[in-house]
Amino acid sequence: MIKDPRAPEPLNWNTFAQGLWKENPVFVMLLGLCPVLAVTNTAMNALAMGLATTFVLVCSGVLVSLLRKVIPKQVRIASYIIIIATFVTIADYAIQAISLDLYKALGAFIQLIVVNCIILGRAEAYASKNTVTHALVNALGMGAGFTFALLCLGVVREILGSGSLFGADLFGPAFQPWAVFVLPPGGFFVLAFWLFLFSVVRKRRQKTQIIEEEVRDAA
Amino acid sequence: MQPDSLSFIFLNAFIINNFVLAMFLGLCPFLGVSGKLKTAWNMGLAVIFVMLVSSVCSYLINLLLVRYNLEFLRLICYIAVIASAVQLVEMVMKKFSPTMFRSLGIFLPLITTNCAILGLALFQTNRSYNFTQCLAFSLGAGAGFTLALMLMAGLREKLELADVPDVALGAALSLMLAGMLSLAFMGFAGLGG
Repeated sequence: MIKDPRAPEPLNWNTFAQGLWKENPVFVMLLGLCPVLAVTNTAMNALAMGLATTFVLVCSGVLVSLLRKVIPKQVRIASYIIIIATFVTIADYAIQAISLDLYKALGAFIQLIVVNCIILGRAEAYASKNTVTHALVNALGMGAGFTFALLCLGVVREILGSGSLFGADLFGPAFQPWAVFVLPPGGFFVLAFWLFLFSVVRKRRQKTQIIEEEVRDAA
Repeated sequence: MQPDSLSFIFLNAFIINNFVLAMFLGLCPFLGVSGKLKTAWNMGLAVIFVMLVSSVCSYLINLLLVRYNLEFLRLICYIAVIASAVQLVEMVMKKFSPTMFRSLGIFLPLITTNCAILGLALFQTNRSYNFTQCLAFSLGAGAGFTLALMLMAGLREKLELADVPDVALGAALSLMLAGMLSLAFMGFAGLGG
């Protein structure tokens, strides 16, 4: 899509919602898969990781957008990485201060938010070309989409793998947990299952669209 | 085997806790460059080299940072080191093998944002390995990454001829394969004791 960069698109629901569904970073663009698979063995970890990533995404988006006329084109990627690394360090120390258990459960993956391609991708593709409010809203949407995807995996893996949800027991002692779902292979399988489901939905939607068009043409 | 012996550290990073299949690090190139065996092999070599260089550099930088109580700058320094190491590999490869350079395409500069490399630097700091242990760890991790990439590429080359339902084509199928490989690699967990 080619747009005139001088005419800013109006700020609307779409700015926020495209990250949630149409351009969902995980299910559609397959970005940032490492944390998606690594920390989703419980729903709580998934939620914390999603919020931490959203924080970094929003802060770095706003700062990149503010500085978009100051940063020279040649060194922009390096500057973005430094900005992102700064906010990740803040998030890292904040989580350590809030809950040490959570910090231990997430391990090195908080610091690895730096190399999450979603954040650099948004900084390069959106925040560096749009106004601060646009960047803020868009980053919030992307963060929400990422958190949603993490929760999708985390909830399924925790229910099947340990028979609980957010730490609360669901099925009682008779339930035999499928341990494989909290282990690494389970992550791959659950994500593959979600992708499969989404592609079925998308295929079906395309088909109905084509049929509707044919009906309209015939009429 | 002693848990801090060199051979154990190597084996641990190589197969028991394989970076890709057990720790989910470096999945983007794992799914992106595993189409052909030849490209996968070149990518693996590039990653091993970047890992070695950045492991040595980050070990030295960490010594310096600890000495001056500047640990909070660790992340920023590591990223800068990795970015320069990737730049170095890019220049060397462009000079000596332009065809290989072209076949890797965008994935070469993207090694910078490969979490396996930053992960390696962070893990070796967390586990406070000494210099030789760092070397063994980075070699093992690089070899493990290459092994996983080659296995995946071999499987996908065969799979091109198979007849699969079209909704499962692409990423979903690759992830299913990765899951099965990961299951197989769990069998090595007993080696660690």
